[in-house]
Amino acid sequence: MVMTRGRARVVAETVTDPELPMLTLADLGVLRDVAEEDGRVVVSITPTYTGCPAMDTMRDDLVHALRAEGYADVEVRTVLHPPWSTDWITEDGRRKLAEAGIAPPGAAPRPAEGPVPLTLGPTVRRVRCPRCGSAETEELSRFSATACKALRRCRACAEPFEHFKEI
Amino acid sequence: MVFDNAYEAITEENDSRWAFGTGFTDPLEGVDTSVPSGVDAGELEAYCLMLGDDALVFSHRLQEWCTNAPELEDEVAIANIALDLLGQARLLLARAGERGEDSYAFFRGEHEFRNVRLAELPHGDFGELIAALLVFSTWRLALLRRLTESRDPVLAAIAAKGVKEVTYHRDYAAQWTVRLGDGTDHSRERMAAGLATGWPYVDELFTPHEIEVSLAASGVAVNPAESRAEFDEVLAQVLRAATLDVPEVPGIPGVSGRTGRDGVHTESMGYLLAELQSVARADPEATW
Repeated sequence: MVMTRGRARVVAETVTDPELPMLTLADLGVLRDVAEEDGRVVVSITPTYTGCPAMDTMRDDLVHALRAEGYADVEVRTVLHPPWSTDWITEDGRRKLAEAGIAPPGAAPRPAEGPVPLTLGPTVRRVRCPRCGSAETEELSRFSATACKALRRCRACAEPFEHFKEI
Repeated sequence: MVFDNAYEAITEENDSRWAFGTGFTDPLEGVDTSVPSGVDAGELEAYCLMLGDDALVFSHRLQEWCTNAPELEDEVAIANIALDLLGQARLLLARAGERGEDSYAFFRGEHEFRNVRLAELPHGDFGELIAALLVFSTWRLALLRRLTESRDPVLAAIAAKGVKEVTYHRDYAAQWTVRLGDGTDHSRERMAAGLATGWPYVDELFTPHEIEVSLAASGVAVNPAESRAEFDEVLAQVLRAATLDVPEVPGIPGVSGRTGRDGVHTESMGYLLAELQSVARADPEATW
């Protein structure tokens, strides 16, 4: 298969995430490869979370965007390995998240060998409030409206906000 | 787009206008699912069903908490954990074989389900839920971490994704165990009672089935007995912080030594499957 960074890639890079429409799939690091050969396009994407219900919509959106640009033969493949990490969210993506009021993720935790020490007390992670910039924020729930976000509250401006959690 | 009637609208060939389409794509679409050399496809199928059924059945129990959790934040947390496990179940059932995830999930009988019995136990209260989630996620995390080294690249990849997710699940359960155990007299009593309820099913988690032994020998599967020490260490750490004792209650053996991995389940399993499968079985040809 010939790997090129052709026009198909440019089109695929414009497709946005259905649940985080401020991000493209490329910003999110979900778009892994776009291969073009004799008019046929093979797009490889990787799921953020295994249960992510947006995967089917991403597939459809990619196929439609490419068809609209004249690519009749489009295949979308799933790539499971290596597993997606928030470290793959681009700098541009992080900026767009913050602008939308979602605190971008910090560095992903490194895979631990053997039993890891559990965080049994209140969470100490330092996350800045995307509205006022204060570091005085606290976690309300490690899970939020989608699997990939935690719910936090700023103690300075008292507003709740979402945090794209590290994975 | 304009349609003459609603039926025409929902049956149009191009269904991508719908939020999530009207069908499900194979979650392993485009992944090379050939069976590694020297591996028996029947054994691989059985093993994938074991790990997949654990996730599917426990996810179903967690879904029962939707609209029943004590607070909105916990409702959302439990639903997200259930969704992660449902995703793992879909990948594992898809990996099991050609029959497909829906057929495995909806058209097998109780004796064909190979999940451990802990996964199917009903949760009488929040303490029982947290106890079951702590035990289940600690055990599963230890298992998945070892499975990332599997000789089967598909299982290894599924495990690598699962490790990240189940780490969050274990943390959630551990934090609640500490909050309840080291909380009020009442919360402490309920947490201890929850642990005592699930504990008789802990030994089963670490008793290898012959297929696990066989596939572990060829580097595909994990022998669960290997992770007992890690499990004990983590549980001791959490329960110490929660000022709770490790329960001392006898295990509940299976029927003539046969347990969940052999398709021998507790009474509650039939009711669980009735709810899980009834819609699909009411109209087996339906798509949605």
